[in-house]
Amino acid sequence: MLRYANPKKFLDLSGALLPWLWLAAIGLMGWGLYAALFATPLDYQQGDSVRIMYIHVPSAWMASFIYGVMFIASVVGLVWKHPLADTAAKEAAPIGACFTAACLITGALWGKPTWGTYWIWDARLTSVLVLFFLYLGYMGVWAAIEDRAKAAKAAAILCVVGVINIPIIRFSVEWWDTLHQGPSVVRFENGKLAPSIDPSMLWPLVSMGVGCTVLFVALLFVRMRTDIARRRIRTLLALKAAA
Amino acid sequence: MKGFLALVGRDLRLSFRIGGGPFLGLGFFLTVTAMLPLGVGAKLNLLGEAAAGFLWVSAALASLLSLDRLFQADAEDGSLDQLALGTLPLEFAVFAKALAHWLTTGLPLTVAAPVLALMLNMPEGGYTALFVSLLVGSPVFSFAGAIGAALTAGLRRGGLLLSLVVLPLFVPVIVFGAGAVSAAINGFESWAAFEFLGAVSLFAMVLGPLAGAAALRIHLS
Repeated sequence: MLRYANPKKFLDLSGALLPWLWLAAIGLMGWGLYAALFATPLDYQQGDSVRIMYIHVPSAWMASFIYGVMFIASVVGLVWKHPLADTAAKEAAPIGACFTAACLITGALWGKPTWGTYWIWDARLTSVLVLFFLYLGYMGVWAAIEDRAKAAKAAAILCVVGVINIPIIRFSVEWWDTLHQGPSVVRFENGKLAPSIDPSMLWPLVSMGVGCTVLFVALLFVRMRTDIARRRIRTLLALKAAA
Repeated sequence: MKGFLALVGRDLRLSFRIGGGPFLGLGFFLTVTAMLPLGVGAKLNLLGEAAAGFLWVSAALASLLSLDRLFQADAEDGSLDQLALGTLPLEFAVFAKALAHWLTTGLPLTVAAPVLALMLNMPEGGYTALFVSLLVGSPVFSFAGAIGAALTAGLRRGGLLLSLVVLPLFVPVIVFGAGAVSAAINGFESWAAFEFLGAVSLFAMVLGPLAGAAALRIHLS
């Protein structure tokens, strides 16, 4: 892993991987969306609005997953002081914020016909909203501190402190009696982890979930490459100005 | 220990002599509480129901008011560099400053809260719970807040960023603090909420100084 921490190696590797990542993301999400919007059966209670689930659930997964990625990158950045880890954490944040916003908005749109309200202050919804604020605060710290190395450290500390929210989101539906349902994609039954939704709905959902993850990796690579290029241009300009 | 106490004493004296001490936060607390009936109308049942949560939120905001100066003033006049050079570990310095902040904001707010609750017509049975929950929970505002204050210490316009950074950290105490009071009013067992508040408080007292000192070192380097 540390071998690819060299920006040059990272650029080579990510450049070679990117076309395949885009292809996989488009394929997985394309099939997932087609299956979700046309092929899957209607829910006997929710009707067509169940189809929102295929965007909402993967977005929610990504919202926590990307924060986890930022947490790991922040710890690596703090411990090994590696600039590429800082770049990864910095560039992952806006993508995570977008997925969190998508999760909240689709949830609200689904909630209106199903629960009868766009928003309710239940534990799961509130903790995801707090996660959204954490993303904004993290991006705010990056934007407010001019010195890049200092900004990276400050943002990393905030990210590490904020990770407390992730288990709260994960377990909020089990700890508190919430309107938001408990975990219902996979459940422990008879001591085994088994899917608890029908395969006709499970596979499109899995496809969307994996597709979103691949999409995140592709977007992250593009953003990181842009950030590396931006820093190189700045250095070159500074050298030119000095000469 | 001597340096620790000296630092707490210094911050208390500074706060009393130039910052208005506890009265600034108290004044804010009182003003905001007076605004609530003006905004929602003087409906006593409505006010009574909202009192616990509203007072908790006001206490958080009143603590936030003075939080951005916690390290900023010291960073500007160079005393922060002296603190970092001294024999007292920076973690203890952050603890001392957060403690002084709590003594001048959280504690007076806790004492004043039952009186304001009376003005908001809070039902009987909630007053002890309100006082105890604030006493146990409000240190989080100072100690977790110190992380945000340290992160934004060197910035020119850190105030807005500070609130964005710190408020998510305040969420659990506000939820359980206000919840404990409501439970007490409705006659439910609220001991678990108090234990949770205490746990969050202790956690913040450990994590706040550690993360705060790490953040200050960034600005000092």
